[in-house]
Amino acid sequence: MALLQLSEPGQSKAPHQHRLAAGIDLGTTNSLVASVRSGRAETLPDGQGRHLLPSVVRYTREGPIVGYAARSAAVSDPLNTIVSVKRMLGHSIDEVKSLGSILPYRFTQQETAVPRMQTVVGERSPVEVSAEILKVLSKRAEETLGGPLEGVVITVPAYFDDAQRQATKDAARLAQIKVLRLLNEPTAAAVAYGLDSGSDGIHAIYDLGGGTFDISILRLNRGVFEVLSTGGDSTLGGDDLDRVLAQWIMQQAGLSDDIDHAMQRRLMRDACAAKEALTEADTTSLEVELETGELWHGELSRQQFNQMIEPLVRKTLVPCRRALRDAGLTAAEIEDVVLVGGSTRVPLVRELVSGFFKSHAMGEIDPDRVVAIGAALQADILAGNKPDDEMLLLDVNPLSLGIETMGGLVEKIIPRNTTIPVARAQEFTTFKDGQTAMAVHVLQGERELVSDCRSLARFELRGIPPMVAGAARIRVTFAVDADGLLSVEAKEESTGINASVEIKPSYGLTDEEIGTMLRDSMEYAQEDLAVRRLREQQVEAQRVIEALSAALADDGDQLLDLQERAGIDAALARLVEITRLDDEKAIKSEVKALEKHCEFYVERRMNSNVRKAMSGHSVDEFE
Amino acid sequence: MLDFSKNYFELFGLPVGYIVDKTQLAERYRELQRVVHPDRFANAPEQERRISMQGTVRINEAYNTLKDPIERARYMLSLNGIEMDAQQETTRDSAFLMEQLELREELEAARDKPDPYAAIADLMTDINKRISSMVGQMAVQFETPTPEQLESAREILRKMQFLQKFRYDAESLEAELDEAL
Repeated sequence: MALLQLSEPGQSKAPHQHRLAAGIDLGTTNSLVASVRSGRAETLPDGQGRHLLPSVVRYTREGPIVGYAARSAAVSDPLNTIVSVKRMLGHSIDEVKSLGSILPYRFTQQETAVPRMQTVVGERSPVEVSAEILKVLSKRAEETLGGPLEGVVITVPAYFDDAQRQATKDAARLAQIKVLRLLNEPTAAAVAYGLDSGSDGIHAIYDLGGGTFDISILRLNRGVFEVLSTGGDSTLGGDDLDRVLAQWIMQQAGLSDDIDHAMQRRLMRDACAAKEALTEADTTSLEVELETGELWHGELSRQQFNQMIEPLVRKTLVPCRRALRDAGLTAAEIEDVVLVGGSTRVPLVRELVSGFFKSHAMGEIDPDRVVAIGAALQADILAGNKPDDEMLLLDVNPLSLGIETMGGLVEKIIPRNTTIPVARAQEFTTFKDGQTAMAVHVLQGERELVSDCRSLARFELRGIPPMVAGAARIRVTFAVDADGLLSVEAKEESTGINASVEIKPSYGLTDEEIGTMLRDSMEYAQEDLAVRRLREQQVEAQRVIEALSAALADDGDQLLDLQERAGIDAALARLVEITRLDDEKAIKSEVKALEKHCEFYVERRMNSNVRKAMSGHSVDEFE
Repeated sequence: MLDFSKNYFELFGLPVGYIVDKTQLAERYRELQRVVHPDRFANAPEQERRISMQGTVRINEAYNTLKDPIERARYMLSLNGIEMDAQQETTRDSAFLMEQLELREELEAARDKPDPYAAIADLMTDINKRISSMVGQMAVQFETPTPEQLESAREILRKMQFLQKFRYDAESLEAELDEAL
């Protein structure tokens, strides 16, 4: 199907139903959902006309509450109300604890690294909390659009590492949402701007979210968004501006460090309000009710505020400089800077950023909504609604991937800012006679020492054929897909035997844990698992049938001889027949058989398309 | 899977040669990605998605090799039957090695300068100039390469690797300074 669409870009397609798809911006502070309706991407409001959904989940015995109602309970019920869960996503319990005073939750002590918070309804992990937010947004989209979603694009900070990306995908799985793609937030913002203005050139996207900071440098050329480099800080965000201000209030009001959770939350809320007020006004007044019942009054000028936050804002310029360097560019070569995230409304941020890049800072699209809008545009294309669209996003991996070698050192396998998808192979050998297993420790980060990088996973390679030490040649291939997720394959070269790879994620949930969570969730229990699997298998079979039929109609006569054609036709007919039967296993094996049978044809088509793309193009034609 | 019998130049429909038109290379890269990238197959069956992923990986690898003058030289040598071991091989040109030692000392000293970033930037400019001039020498060797010319290309590449390592270390020093901010 897709091959057909690409081989004949000018031709009109058979009319097909508009597939429902949405883009979700799963933010630290607020989340949004957007979709393309009658050709326009727009964020979808709730029943009361509110577009933003505060990323707050409150667990009650009557069920979870998400959004504004949960947020207003944050002060009165801090232990059961989880805010800024994104900061914890993909982190270990120790890392979460190092965030210290800002997290009032009670964590359960346990063996696995994934933090679990005690609530009135039991323990909840950050993945489960995030899934609640996703469920609300996907339901909002389905109700607004009037049908089930084909899939969603979920945005993540560009600087998210593998564990954080995986956790986001796991959350979607728990929410039973099909993820078309994880999209980097700055790239999403670029899409929202790029398609509007159609301006080719090099752009910087400065994205200061609630809890994360990203910078991306990208080149837009006739619909192709090529990310040249990306950088950031996944623990620095707009919340930190509020925190500095909250600390100042504490100092001024004579509050001690051991104030309770409710007071902490209230201070953060007041600080945020003051920050927003100072965007327009030169001064703002503050009022805090002390434990004694007295009221404290204070005045804050924008100048004072600027002084407080300047070190933090300057800290964001460090990754900006590095991103420029990695792209091999100077600030002068950047045409403009796109501002994303609510905190880019702060005048000092605008001033320092446009000063650094010596260029105009663009913020025409609401910085709170721009990421969701970009995600919706991408979702619309990935769902197959615009087969002729030229848009293509080429992104990079934000952090170097490496493996542990002798002496606790890291050997880089895939350096940061490599365009994804990418695969790199590395050869290993055994050091003992008859050794049949081997452990590989995968790390992410830029530093040389294992202890300074982040552990992603430990892989155990098993089933290596026994040989004398040093004779086995095990080729391990590390692949990063378009979502930025890592996978590993291993093969012994001399015998061609595949070693099995067992992944132990350092900070993630295992497949079993997710399975248990899924079974435990009420919605899932109501549906028969077997029926669901059968239906999924039938859908996949249908997909294969349609794709192959379309391909055959398109170029089957040119690319296949009579005998090959007859063989494929027969195999296709068998699958059509079997798909009618309600036998999941039989359909599955027939799909496999057909795919194996047709592999040569699919490859031939791919090559033929590549030839078509390359032929007839001369240099002058591009100018 | 893409046709693996094709070399990277053929894949991009470009003549085999050390001098590459960067604009043209980038255009061809985008044209190929438009056809092969996994996002074009988001709705396709598993098998097509896998093949598309493999194709894109190869195109990315080819692009990274051809656009970088050092990787491109290494690749051209391998097309001519010379596989270089980056870890093991080093130049024996003592004048060049002395120069490298001096540059390294300057890099170490940059750390304590009043404006270390400016000092590093100056060194980088110098290194990039040296690389550019080697790119010119390299191009001459590859015009119609004789075995002797391939040997000198190999020697130039050994030196380029030094400069590349220097550039990497200078960037690391900058990153170290950044972290101290």
